[in-house]
Amino acid sequence: MLAVYASSALFVLIVAGLFAELFSGSWLAMRTFGPSFLWTSHWNPVTNHFGALPLIYGTVVSSAIGILLAGVIGIFAAAYLADFANRFLAQPLTFMIEMLAAVPSVVFGLWGLFVLAPIMRNYVDPFLQAKFGFLPIFQGTIYGTSLLTAGVILAIMIVPTVTAISRDVIKAIPNDLREASASLGATRWETMWKVVLPAARAGIFGALILALGRALGETIAVTMVIGNRPAIAVSLFAPAYSLPSVIANEFTEATADVYLSALIELGLVLFVVSMIVNGLARFLTLTVLRPAGSR
Amino acid sequence: MIRVIERDAPVIPAKMDIEDLNVYYGRFHALKDASLRVLPHKVTALIGPSGCGKSTFLRALNRMHDLMDGTHVSGTVKLDGVDIYAPDVDPVQIRHRIGMVFQRPNPFPQSIYENVVYGPKLYGERDANKLKAICEASLRQAFLWDEVKDRLDRSALVLSGGQQQRLCIARVIAVKPQVIVMDEPASALDPIATSKIEDLIGELKKEYTVVIVTHSMQQAARLSDFTSFFLLGELIEAGTTSEIFTRPKDKRTEDYITGRYG
Repeated sequence: MLAVYASSALFVLIVAGLFAELFSGSWLAMRTFGPSFLWTSHWNPVTNHFGALPLIYGTVVSSAIGILLAGVIGIFAAAYLADFANRFLAQPLTFMIEMLAAVPSVVFGLWGLFVLAPIMRNYVDPFLQAKFGFLPIFQGTIYGTSLLTAGVILAIMIVPTVTAISRDVIKAIPNDLREASASLGATRWETMWKVVLPAARAGIFGALILALGRALGETIAVTMVIGNRPAIAVSLFAPAYSLPSVIANEFTEATADVYLSALIELGLVLFVVSMIVNGLARFLTLTVLRPAGSR
Repeated sequence: MIRVIERDAPVIPAKMDIEDLNVYYGRFHALKDASLRVLPHKVTALIGPSGCGKSTFLRALNRMHDLMDGTHVSGTVKLDGVDIYAPDVDPVQIRHRIGMVFQRPNPFPQSIYENVVYGPKLYGERDANKLKAICEASLRQAFLWDEVKDRLDRSALVLSGGQQQRLCIARVIAVKPQVIVMDEPASALDPIATSKIEDLIGELKKEYTVVIVTHSMQQAARLSDFTSFFLLGELIEAGTTSEIFTRPKDKRTEDYITGRYG
């Protein structure tokens, strides 16, 4: 019994310890810059002026792009694998998706820098600009390493998570419901859209949140393709920066105490952003998305 | 192989005419050369011990076997003279005309209203007033309206098992099928819920043709006009319910209805 309590307490201690350490480490920066750290845009190590807004923006937007792309593709792929693909196709595909989840992120980063970024620069970005250039987010100079490229690499990295979990959730929906729908004259896609996916929505949402958590904290692959410029631009083609990337890139060069402290405060911000996202997800799961059965 | 197929007076055209129906699950020959005529506005009961092929037969009537990989069906199943297994027939259209009620109540995890109008919506009905009217009429016909009329927007899953099963019947009625096939619709229900379902089936045959699988011989005797006895994948004997229960022609039928198969 003691062991049970002790191991549960361990988690509390780890979270509390992490939080306390981040808090005390960032105390100097908090005292120097105050809460405006969160909404000012200067990130200047030379003058020791630090504001985290561009980094928060870069993290949130690149993750949002990632989860949007990965969500759409992942849910479609999961629906296909669970209910449409025959066994001989589904098994190797599932295996490949699980392989993709096991690729180290630095490999994705290298691939992103040498393969994806040139493709984005030469084909995808110019195409988007030509077709949707009237939108401000697709205007401006094309760099290749950009917020959009970071979003795409994140999507590629998290789509296996979305697909694998959503597939399991869809497979777990009782076959009774599919039969009921089919017996009323629904096609397989109608059954998927109107019965199976709605029944699976809470679980799929869980998969998306798990994937989003990974996207928010992803460091190395994003660093290699996001362009590493701490500025907010309207265009998704512009270079940007993210919270974990800054910490990883600049920790070794942070010689001034306040610089180091500012980096630790970024860690604290990332911690809080992740907690807010998770809390919001928990809240949605319990309210809007709760299974109809509990109402 | 002895097959005794009771043919009814030819003056009434059959609603469904099943001939030499065979179903294979992979290599397993689950149903062997079954032939049966199902008359309109009658209740036809399929009885027999577990694993005898009666559910397999029933599911072939609205092409539910199509949904399972590795299942093969041969023979003809005619609905109003048209073979539903003909290559140019769309199984989705067939299921529109032949509704099915399952052994375990399987309402969608959605509201009561959404459950009932699921079929009509599939067929393109968008008019909210019409949908409401269909919902009320179907629930009334399923003897469920008075119990749920104040909570149509509540989840179907809060209903009791018997109510859920009547909801599933209402959901089928809403599609306006011609035939309703039921696979042991009361086997998961308590005696009171069962008797409500049985009353309902008695009403349903006025408008629909009903084929029902049951493991309860008393239920078959109470409910049905015609009965077919299945054993080991074969349709042993078919006839009017009173004939089957009082003067079975086949020794195996007699053994079963007198309880010698358990």
